[in-house]
Amino acid sequence: MNQPINHVEYRKDLFADERDDVLAEVGQPTIRQDILGHVTGRSPYYDDHLFDGLLHIRCVRSPHHHARIRSVDSVAAERMPGVVRLIRASDIPVNMNTLLSLIEFGRDDEPLLATDKVAYRGQPLLAIIATSPRAAEDAAAAVRVDYEVLPHVLDVEEALAPGAPSVNEEYPNNSFDYHERYDHQKLRFGDVEAAFRRADHIVEANYQMAPIEQAPIETGGAIAAPETNDRIVCYTGTQALFFSVGVTAKQLDMSSSRLHFIGGTVGGGFGGKVDSHHEPLAVLGALLTGRAVKYQWDRAEEMQVSAPRSAERWRIKDGVMRDGSIIARQFTGFFDAGAYTRLTSYGVQKCTGHLPGPYTIPNVASNAFCVFTNRTPATAMRGFGITGVDFAIECHMDKVAEQVGMDPIELRILNAYRDGDMKAHRRSAKNCALIEATQVVASKSGWRLSPDALAASSMVGGGIGWRGEIPETSTDTAGEIGQRRRDGHAPDPYAGATARGTVAAGYSDPNATSALGNAPQDTEMEPEAERLGFKTGAAAPPAMPPVATSAAPRPAVPGLTRDRDQTAPTMHPDAGSSEPYRPMTRGPTLPSAAQPSAAVPGQARDDLHTGQPSGQTSPTAPAAPGTSAQTRASEETEPMRPGPRRPGVSGFLRGRRR
Amino acid sequence: MIHPGRGFACINYPIGMNLGGDPSQALVHSTPDGKFMVTLSSIDLGQGVKSVMRQIAAESLGVPVSDVYVDTADSDTGPHDMGSFASRGTHRMGNAVIRAATEARYQMMEAAADELEVNATDLVTDGKGNIHVKGSPSRSITVEETAQAAQFRQGRTLAGRGIFLVPFSPVDAETGEMTPVSSFAHAAMIVDLTVDDETGEVEVTQINSAYEVGRALNPRLVEQQLIGGAWMGVSHALYETTEPYYPDRAHGPEDFNHYLMPGPGDTAPHHISILERPAPDAPFGGKGPGEMCANPVLPAVANAVYNAVGVRCDTLPITPEKILRGIRANGGARPQGRPG
Repeated sequence: MNQPINHVEYRKDLFADERDDVLAEVGQPTIRQDILGHVTGRSPYYDDHLFDGLLHIRCVRSPHHHARIRSVDSVAAERMPGVVRLIRASDIPVNMNTLLSLIEFGRDDEPLLATDKVAYRGQPLLAIIATSPRAAEDAAAAVRVDYEVLPHVLDVEEALAPGAPSVNEEYPNNSFDYHERYDHQKLRFGDVEAAFRRADHIVEANYQMAPIEQAPIETGGAIAAPETNDRIVCYTGTQALFFSVGVTAKQLDMSSSRLHFIGGTVGGGFGGKVDSHHEPLAVLGALLTGRAVKYQWDRAEEMQVSAPRSAERWRIKDGVMRDGSIIARQFTGFFDAGAYTRLTSYGVQKCTGHLPGPYTIPNVASNAFCVFTNRTPATAMRGFGITGVDFAIECHMDKVAEQVGMDPIELRILNAYRDGDMKAHRRSAKNCALIEATQVVASKSGWRLSPDALAASSMVGGGIGWRGEIPETSTDTAGEIGQRRRDGHAPDPYAGATARGTVAAGYSDPNATSALGNAPQDTEMEPEAERLGFKTGAAAPPAMPPVATSAAPRPAVPGLTRDRDQTAPTMHPDAGSSEPYRPMTRGPTLPSAAQPSAAVPGQARDDLHTGQPSGQTSPTAPAAPGTSAQTRASEETEPMRPGPRRPGVSGFLRGRRR
Repeated sequence: MIHPGRGFACINYPIGMNLGGDPSQALVHSTPDGKFMVTLSSIDLGQGVKSVMRQIAAESLGVPVSDVYVDTADSDTGPHDMGSFASRGTHRMGNAVIRAATEARYQMMEAAADELEVNATDLVTDGKGNIHVKGSPSRSITVEETAQAAQFRQGRTLAGRGIFLVPFSPVDAETGEMTPVSSFAHAAMIVDLTVDDETGEVEVTQINSAYEVGRALNPRLVEQQLIGGAWMGVSHALYETTEPYYPDRAHGPEDFNHYLMPGPGDTAPHHISILERPAPDAPFGGKGPGEMCANPVLPAVANAVYNAVGVRCDTLPITPEKILRGIRANGGARPQGRPG
């Protein structure tokens, strides 16, 4: 048996030139304000709010994966002792919803209570309000539903095949519609097919993530009760208070000002309490009965009816050079949404923005599908949209390392993204730290690395030449909505393009919105930069002229270099065989903290918009030599704000001095 | 026979709701005795967002944390917030709290300046509840006196508002071009484990990790996230699923007797190194550590299992059954040798 002893160290030596560690309260191990209540059992959770005559909701749930509802006979149930009333689909003013309608993403596709058909085992179609959970449960069991069982589909790729039963009437092709054009979200960067042709090795594999339960100790639920002034109070375990207010107001077609939602102390969420499933039914119950009503999942419902983490299936195909450089990576992803969208459509896009993982690869493509199957709808869970593909990517990196005969950590450092590198979603990387985290863990675990790998730095060598550029990109029209089912192409995601094209090198949408936050609306809300814990003085890298693009000679960069046009290995071709390792020394041996990043041209890309006014906002700014306007468009633009611009301080933090 | 195995993985993680459009608001006001109330609609799931917002408010105000209270998630009093998910709580709400507290601080310094008959720009806070003239600590006034003077003599509120919104950004249909997030957390991990080639059982014996979190706003809360999150990662890798024969729905667990997780006896020593490269747009540089901490564990365990017995388990969870079938298919365990 292990001794479970955890040990934590803070590597304050790393990135010390970017931090000003003079904060008084931030950074302190302050005890939680509410901890005494938690450990003495006095903190009120939603289920601790007691009401006289509290009523309970249980639902009649489908025993079938997919069935048409012919008729519902609830006469016997309504007469059972303790039953107060039933909630039918027809009692719900707006029965159809999709969670992300709050940000206008996707179409309403899920009923709160099923009407004509059920699309997964456990789907609710009728709610019973009774004086006790037992009475409600007994009555639910007494409801007789006449189902016409329909063919169902549970596998994501079978669901995409022609002839598969349609799960979700709003999306009859069993895939979410992206951009009103494609049945998947595309990512295209460079030309993977051309790169595969010149790669020394092709490494392909499939990965399957499991559906996983968030498993909070406190099961999801809500208690609603009439308040004064025609309002309803609702105590809820939601993770997103105003999400739940918004969904409830929409589905009950009432002003949100009539809703008084109280929560905030929750017994674990992990993503499973974003769905706002309980509040509309509990509030409706309170409105219909004039009494306090609780709707809460029991453990079995929490595990099988509440939404799990989406099971993702991934295919990864890499083109690799002999030196371990990955020159192309192609993804195919199938997210199992279950019967309704919930948040999976969004997870697909989040994931797409994450690809190809924390690596700089010159050619990347991905087709990711949000697929409907006859299972419990999936939703958010810790690591939403990322956990599954990270499992696939990191297992795949080990396979690539084995294929080229290289140490798996060295392979990662060789391919790691660095400040200024162009990511596949056409934005520059910044604030990178993958290499440093990798070096630290290898060092303390006694995993020996080559001097080159130990000398590498996230702040050195990024953004140089091709690493900072958007390549000419090959596009295609494969997978227009409905096309796979019509033409029988499914489920090969890259087949069936009716047109192919290219997007010019350097292209980036000049109208793309910034990822920076809004500027403070009032100067009095702008914090003094020196009170925020960033080094803003001499240690900040000075503004540099932008690095020249492809024409520039490659500077001699300490550490690893990569050249996609070079077939000769630049490091360690036979790692793991005869190459002698130099033993690691302990302690702060990493160069990152010591090397002033200011000396590196690659840094300049990041400083372009902080160090000097960009050409877009100031007509007097000198044209950036060697950088095309198209490339500059990929730089994030800043919102307008008053105050001086100081190099090395982010746009957001730059405030006026008082 | 029991085989040792060692596996590595490293990841990054996007902080905040992917494509923006997710505002958070905060309000701060002083009580008559010079304490400050922060009013939010954040949800504390156990991650400690209430504590972190309290510290951020105290730091921004320049007052002791003991003088700050957080009231959250009452929709009648708390302003709008999108919610506690997508590692957005610290990033979005933290920035909103900084702005609200900064405005309240501005009012506080103006009120104190009136009382001391100096210019507000000449005043500083000492973080202990006093405001004094720069370089002249004896010319001072307490925050409490300032709050009382403001409210009862000057007719001035010491209050602030803050909102933080990353504007919504679209995704391109053809190329996937997007502006997803502005900061990334990082992690690298080495997992040591053993695999029994007769039973297929895996025992994780040690985890070494390095997590880069921007800034540990509350080190204890970060540590609990990382330790708990890594445990969850082990659980995901080796045990958990609602559908053991996915995509078949049979044998779905309905309670904790059948939904498997590692128990207290299955936890392994975890040696954590915390790196802090502050994200320029994050509150004091801090990135949300909550979601990303489980992610490296899954592939690191899978890679370690391969290192131990030569079986690639590309389908999660990595059950004894899958390992034994892999060993049988390979004609026996194939240890790969200690890497590094």
